[in-house]
Amino acid sequence: MLPELGQLALVLALLVAALQSALPLAGAQRGVAAWMAVARPAAHAQLLLVGVAFAALTAAFVSQDFSVAYVAQNSNSLLPLGYRFTAVWGSHEGSLLLWALVLSLWTSAVAAFSRGLPGPVMARVLGVMGLVAVGFLAFLIFTSNPFERLLPAAAEGRDLNPLLQDPGMIIHPPMLYFGYVGFVVPFAFAIAAMLGGPEVRGEGEWRQWLRWTRPWTNVAWAFLTFGIALGSWWAYYELGWGGWWFWDPVENASFMPWLVGAALIHSQAVTEKRGAFRGWTLLLAIATFSLSLLGTFLVRSGVLTSVHAFAADPSRGMFILVFLGIVVGGSLVLYAMRAPDPDDGKPFAPASRETLLLLNNLLLSTACAMVLLGTLYPLLADALELGKISVGPPYFSLLFIILMAPLVALVPFGPLFRWQRDQPSRVVAMLWPWLVLAVVAGAIAFFLAPQGPWKVAAGVAGAVWVGFGTLRFAWSRLRPGNGSRGRLTPEMWGMVLAHVGLAVFLVGALLVEGMQVQREVAVRPGELVDLGDYEFRLVAVERHPGPNYVADRGTVEVLRNGTPYTTLHPEKRAYASGGQVMTEAAIDKGVTRDLFVALGEPLGDDAWALRMQIKPFVRWIWAGALLMMLGGFVTAADRRFRVSRRLSSRPDASGPEVTESTP
Amino acid sequence: MSPPAATPRRSAVRWLPLAAFAALAALLFAGVMLSRNQDREALPSPLIGKPAPEFELPVLHEPGRLVSSQELAGAPYLLNVWGSWCPECRIEHPVLTRFAETKRMRVIGYNLKDEHADALRWLEQFGNPYWLVLTDYSGDKAIDWGIYGAPETFIVDGDGIIRWKHVGPVTEEVMQRDLLPVVARLEAER
Amino acid sequence: MNPTRRRRLVWVLALVAAAAVAAALVIAALERNLAYLYTPNEVISGEAGPEVASGEARFRLGGMVAEGSVSREEGSLESTFVVTDGDARMEVSYTGILPDLFRENQAVVATGRMQGGRFVAEEVLAKHDETYMPKEVADKMGEAHARHGVADDASGTGQ
Repeated sequence: MLPELGQLALVLALLVAALQSALPLAGAQRGVAAWMAVARPAAHAQLLLVGVAFAALTAAFVSQDFSVAYVAQNSNSLLPLGYRFTAVWGSHEGSLLLWALVLSLWTSAVAAFSRGLPGPVMARVLGVMGLVAVGFLAFLIFTSNPFERLLPAAAEGRDLNPLLQDPGMIIHPPMLYFGYVGFVVPFAFAIAAMLGGPEVRGEGEWRQWLRWTRPWTNVAWAFLTFGIALGSWWAYYELGWGGWWFWDPVENASFMPWLVGAALIHSQAVTEKRGAFRGWTLLLAIATFSLSLLGTFLVRSGVLTSVHAFAADPSRGMFILVFLGIVVGGSLVLYAMRAPDPDDGKPFAPASRETLLLLNNLLLSTACAMVLLGTLYPLLADALELGKISVGPPYFSLLFIILMAPLVALVPFGPLFRWQRDQPSRVVAMLWPWLVLAVVAGAIAFFLAPQGPWKVAAGVAGAVWVGFGTLRFAWSRLRPGNGSRGRLTPEMWGMVLAHVGLAVFLVGALLVEGMQVQREVAVRPGELVDLGDYEFRLVAVERHPGPNYVADRGTVEVLRNGTPYTTLHPEKRAYASGGQVMTEAAIDKGVTRDLFVALGEPLGDDAWALRMQIKPFVRWIWAGALLMMLGGFVTAADRRFRVSRRLSSRPDASGPEVTESTP
Repeated sequence: MSPPAATPRRSAVRWLPLAAFAALAALLFAGVMLSRNQDREALPSPLIGKPAPEFELPVLHEPGRLVSSQELAGAPYLLNVWGSWCPECRIEHPVLTRFAETKRMRVIGYNLKDEHADALRWLEQFGNPYWLVLTDYSGDKAIDWGIYGAPETFIVDGDGIIRWKHVGPVTEEVMQRDLLPVVARLEAER
Repeated sequence: MNPTRRRRLVWVLALVAAAAVAAALVIAALERNLAYLYTPNEVISGEAGPEVASGEARFRLGGMVAEGSVSREEGSLESTFVVTDGDARMEVSYTGILPDLFRENQAVVATGRMQGGRFVAEEVLAKHDETYMPKEVADKMGEAHARHGVADDASGTGQ
């Protein structure tokens, strides 16, 4: 009964989404207030309906209703209760439903907080979001129905993929989706801007809307940052190899929107404050959301080989591709026809903040294009019959470093340069001590590093430069006098946090790559293996049952310079249903280094395979990412972005009078 | 504002993103078509052309009776691995039933890692296309066949040689394109 | 030329130069990091090319782990196994921990090079989800079988 209710809710949601898009968009075009007024209630109704569907599927999982095919494929009676909740998004159909739910959440939020906008703008924004919802709901209902019945009910379910039975993996998809899907808001705004008539063209309107869109974009980007960081952290402790980024197509699919999303949030700042870069901001908004959709396509269509793609299906791939074509193709056609004059906004000199941010846009976009090329190259080669190719990680990492190095060098200059025109010598005077410090620190690190001296030096120098350069900016604003306010706005705090986060990330990424060490050995109980400052002794391996698995549990004593330091318990788990074997690495976490031990397989003759790693500063990677995420959220909280009713009642800004009377 | 000569150049640049996207979409389209054409599920099994493993397995509907591979020899048969716990087996069920009704070949069921009562109930609910249902509740014999799960389908000829294997549900498309030609060839041999 | 025009030109030229440099870098990086996938048959028959067969080039070997072929030296990390594509067989040796999903009769992709008639693997990968086989390996094996008509063989002498 409940699954059928869920299915009905989805169908109704589709109808509501169709109404939410058709009527308001037509209404905005023709100036019919009643049609435009449909948008808000439809948005809330959509959330309610999709929410009901999601709740129905969750209920089916929690109550272990194996008469629903999707539940039978992703859960079984041994699955602990907690994972039954999260198994809902364990594979394709359910994760799509989650996508739809997150979309309806964002839509409803936009509807709730859109009071300050002119009627036609709001109608168009919600209308475009409704169109996206129509696409996803149709995809769900017609090709990927999570509520399909399996009769008679399966006696036992297959099991949730053991890789997903893990706290990190639970929260990673929702956070990622909040980010991906959130970019629909700036996208919808961009479309609305291009669709609009005279009320759109004025510079005042542009800046007002951007003031409205910016917090949404920043929040979406912050969630995406969090989602990607979670994925990286999860891969590190779950996959057993100690790696934190593999340039795998699925990872790249989430990283590309992040890169252009970062460009977008900076470009929006320029357009909002100076009116310039309008074309860039529009295009970046389209690109970011398009890449989100592309990511969804790549992961589910079977077009690319990946270590962790969903069970892929070419016919579903076709549907998404057509959807992608309509959404992206349509918006780019609109862009070609309606994009604003590139000579917009106030002109700026070569030495100005605008120029630096333009470089920022270029570098980030190029990096994204480079990743896209590497990700799709195997497909291109296959289509052109050049053979089955894979692109190794060094392609990505080398080019990424080459592109990001100039960016890292320029970051401290950005906030300190004035708008429009500045003298470079003025800024250099503020920054050169920190440049010297960075070089000195880098040199010291170079000579102290046990290995990988170049990477270590680059990491330390880069981090000191960016970190202190950013703090120099904060100091220049905080200290009284010289026309500064003696405080930082949340927008500035957010920027400071995010840029410092970048510095922290640099330390983590470069130092771990430069200084990590590893050994893979065959050991017998009692034997001592040394690595770096530590010695590892395998004491024993015992059988150890779990709720839905049986594990071989190793006890490994860790010594530091001869004295006992800690004991680690790596495991190798065999899951009852499905028979999958999983490695649970044992990690001794630390601020300056992680100790990582993974148990291999029994090698006969009482020996076991053991992998040991020392990962210096690896946690700084995720700490840096978290700071960047925090920066995004803090920026979004700036009161300046809250557009009040008063602003929109300016005669030249709003549309017809009826704006004020919509509930 | 800007010199008139710049205008046409500007408009051309605006269409660039769309052109780039069109190229990308064409590539992705090719990718989807490519992955459609290759039948990923037709695992070329190392067992093809080799004799089917010898077995002696219980029969679902006749408790106590064991059927051996020798008993089945002499004429080709289709072996379909299924379970009441297997959702995709439902998808191929009508296709297999239609094939069984043509009576061109014996359709033998291989009930893998199931429960007796559930298997019986499943067949009652959906209909039983099988000439005979062998049961392997432990899955031990399945390993010899190279079976990892369900649904999987084999065709064994009269001499006991495996001639075809398919992993995944036997859809109508698979039936027409792959299975029936093998059946026809075996009939021609006879 | 007026100053606006000249500045524009400088911008455009700078952009074009940067794009050219970027393109050159990308092409170089791609070429250095491409790894082709070949099946045992392609390597043995010489289809994969002389650099692959001689061991000069690093490549990926794809196929299935032949049943009964995995053996480990007692108490050591060295193992050998045979990779087959339904056509030909290739011996592989590897020193290290084999991935969790590595099993006989399962698809595998190993990266490494040829050394004296056998393949020495630096990395061995097995897939991490329920799908049976990486698309590219299945494609290749399907091709091999189409070529030799193994699946459609009337006389049953495919092997």
